[in-house]
Amino acid sequence: MVTMSDYTGLKPAWCPGCGNFGILRALNKALVEMEIEPHQVLLVSGIGQAGKLPHYTKGNVFNSLHGRPVPPAIGAKIANPELTVIAISGDGDAYGEGGNHFIHAARRNHDITYLVHNNQVYGLTKGQASPTSDFGFVTKTTPRGAANPVNPVAMAIVAGASFVARSFAGDIDHLADLIKQGIAHRGFALIDILQPCVSFNHKNTFQWYRERVHELEQEGDDRSNKRAALERALEWGEGIPIGIIYQDKLPVYEDGLPALKEQPLVRQHVDHGRVEKLLTEFT
Amino acid sequence: MRVDFSFMVGGEAGQGVQSVGFLLARMFSRGGYHVFADQDYESRVRGGHNFFRIRISTAEVGAIAEDIDILVALNKETIDLHRPKMAQGGIIVYDGDQTQGVTGDSHLLRVPLERLAEERAGGKLMINTVALGAALSLVNYDLGILEKVLEDRFGKGQVAKQNVAAAQAGYDYVQSEHKGDFHTLESCTPTDRMLLTGNEALSLGAIAAGCKFMAAYPMTPASSIMEYLAAKSEDLDLVMVHAEDEIAAINMAVGAGYAGVRAMTATSGSGLCLMVEGIGLAAITETPVVIVDGQRPGPAVGLPTRTEQADLQFVLHAHHGDFARVVLAPATVEDAFWTTVKAFNWAEKYQLPVIILTDQHLASSYATVDQFDLAKVAIDRGLLYSENDADPQEYMRHRVTKSGISPRAFPGLGEALVITDCDEHDESGHLTEDAELRTAQVRKRLRKFHPLKEEAGTPRGYGPQGAQITLVGWGSTCGAIREAVDILRRDELDVNMLHLNELWPFPTQALVDAIGKTRSTYVIESNATGQLARLIKTETGHDVGGRILKYDGRPFTPAHIVEAVRKEEG
Repeated sequence: MVTMSDYTGLKPAWCPGCGNFGILRALNKALVEMEIEPHQVLLVSGIGQAGKLPHYTKGNVFNSLHGRPVPPAIGAKIANPELTVIAISGDGDAYGEGGNHFIHAARRNHDITYLVHNNQVYGLTKGQASPTSDFGFVTKTTPRGAANPVNPVAMAIVAGASFVARSFAGDIDHLADLIKQGIAHRGFALIDILQPCVSFNHKNTFQWYRERVHELEQEGDDRSNKRAALERALEWGEGIPIGIIYQDKLPVYEDGLPALKEQPLVRQHVDHGRVEKLLTEFT
Repeated sequence: MRVDFSFMVGGEAGQGVQSVGFLLARMFSRGGYHVFADQDYESRVRGGHNFFRIRISTAEVGAIAEDIDILVALNKETIDLHRPKMAQGGIIVYDGDQTQGVTGDSHLLRVPLERLAEERAGGKLMINTVALGAALSLVNYDLGILEKVLEDRFGKGQVAKQNVAAAQAGYDYVQSEHKGDFHTLESCTPTDRMLLTGNEALSLGAIAAGCKFMAAYPMTPASSIMEYLAAKSEDLDLVMVHAEDEIAAINMAVGAGYAGVRAMTATSGSGLCLMVEGIGLAAITETPVVIVDGQRPGPAVGLPTRTEQADLQFVLHAHHGDFARVVLAPATVEDAFWTTVKAFNWAEKYQLPVIILTDQHLASSYATVDQFDLAKVAIDRGLLYSENDADPQEYMRHRVTKSGISPRAFPGLGEALVITDCDEHDESGHLTEDAELRTAQVRKRLRKFHPLKEEAGTPRGYGPQGAQITLVGWGSTCGAIREAVDILRRDELDVNMLHLNELWPFPTQALVDAIGKTRSTYVIESNATGQLARLIKTETGHDVGGRILKYDGRPFTPAHIVEAVRKEEG
């Protein structure tokens, strides 16, 4: 039996009141409820306040470079598909530095879950604008206001992700439920998590989000309708939908790899008999 | 009498130069000859001027020759460009019906390639194979193995049959019209030697070493490695991911390495520029990864399809911070296999990034080699954690040990949690900013280099020890330098070779010993600034004055080296 205490990690170094605490709790809750043990999980994070999360829970950890949690997560998943692989980023990590990886991981539909702590600002480097900062958001690096933000959920749908969701760090039960669904989903699952930054984003606060978020209740066919999903994805402002915005069964990259049919790569050994055959092709 | 004979096939991209060149090489390798062949091509799919040189010999051969005995010219430009290099008695085969404005001399031999292709083999597509038959006819080569060679290339069926007919047409035409009065090559005993390129040998080395994962982004001259592994992924149970860019490629490979699978990537200089941060990631997380840099002339895009050795100083220093790495540079096609096996072993044994420096010349040159003895491929995965040794709760990925090497566990294969971080971390792998822990981890990572340096070999020597003149080289120049030594020794110059295929750790003592004994030393490199000479100076204190450098994008020939040494030595 897996319990919350199995997921007690190091003491977080986040600011008091940070939205990250809710995400940490929701992740632990999801893993416990799915009865996944820490050694069955691989958490791959990037750099930023979000990137520290794996240290504050339990599991295998590969804390990677800024913008790069997704590629090593893919490499590890292919090496051992038995692992539950969860990549963790902030908005700068995922949609700025790692933008290309995000698009192509979605397109290839790798079987990993991607949690993006989206606080619309850079926290670790102390308050600069991020790719998701609201238009006109004034910071030290954008004194005349930030340019138009990216829309991560719309991007993910267009790029080809098979599970695209948004949640809110202030609603732990909702987020934990989405994380469970994301892990259970076969294919690339993005969960963009609205996360208030109490130190550097005084606009998009807990209160600001609470007034705007509303839960989606799409099911079945409606959820897999890409056009309708894009409508939902584009909704932002007075109302912000949370929940599963798009989900469909699409071919999973790892399922197309013949080498993974029998057993994980990590359990395989080289067969020199088969290599010998290759050599004769050159004679 | 030793046979030493050179063919060249030249024409536009799209005319089938590569195909005829390869088939010629294959015909002679099957016949028991030693073969060395290289490819010169432009960065375009159609047009331009490409050529394929094939040198055959009854003795081992590791470089191309400058003189051409038979030139197969698929267009006029080939004749114009290469006629000055024809050997005495050499012959240029060309289609006299189709090629205008060729002024006659004794080298020229008209063969109606296009007419024969159309009349005897079903169309113009077969022109190049008619030329193949003509070339073989000029040396009265036995066509007995032709059908099998063509079937191996094109599969059994109509295409192979048409090619056989085309080659036969060219062969018969030359025999009947020109009475077969040419060079008859001394025959050889057929062997089961392989004929393969440097990249093919490297790919086989990776597969034999148990590499199960590759991620890469196409870039000349490394693409053929990813293509080969992709083609064999089903038969050999391995995975090749065509990544979105080089940054993703190296990070995927590091992820697979962390998860316990032998993993690699391959690129060329400017792709490696993008991978640099991944080198440091592998270093600080102590994750094994093998990175192939197929060098081409830079900076930036440079000469995309040509050769150079100007990435040495780059790969020695690529990435910030202090850490241990390995840089290997295969010397020959055969060495590309064994060096790659070693690269995977060292990457895991010492838990660090290993860079294999090849170049376009080695990557795409063919050579005959004895079949690799797989019984000699030893796989050493280094220190692995076992739950029998210690409680999994106590496992620490970056435990500080005397050797600097910490036992590796793999995520998900047991209860032990495998924690690592590209931030500085403590022994358990969690990030830390503690001054003492930082110092301990830096020292631990650097300490691994000592046993590695012990294990590293000595450079390969050739010629008598203690000669007055030493030619020093590294990587793909080995064959050309070795032959230059032979030629110079026949001229009674007292010369030998010292050749490095391990650049880092640097074989300091071997260089000190060698350079200390010689009257003059020449460092021979395909770059403009003498990058190995600089490394020798840094590591040994010896200033090597003699430098034979080439940076026109073309490979060294033995004749080029001989001429340069003679000029210096008077």
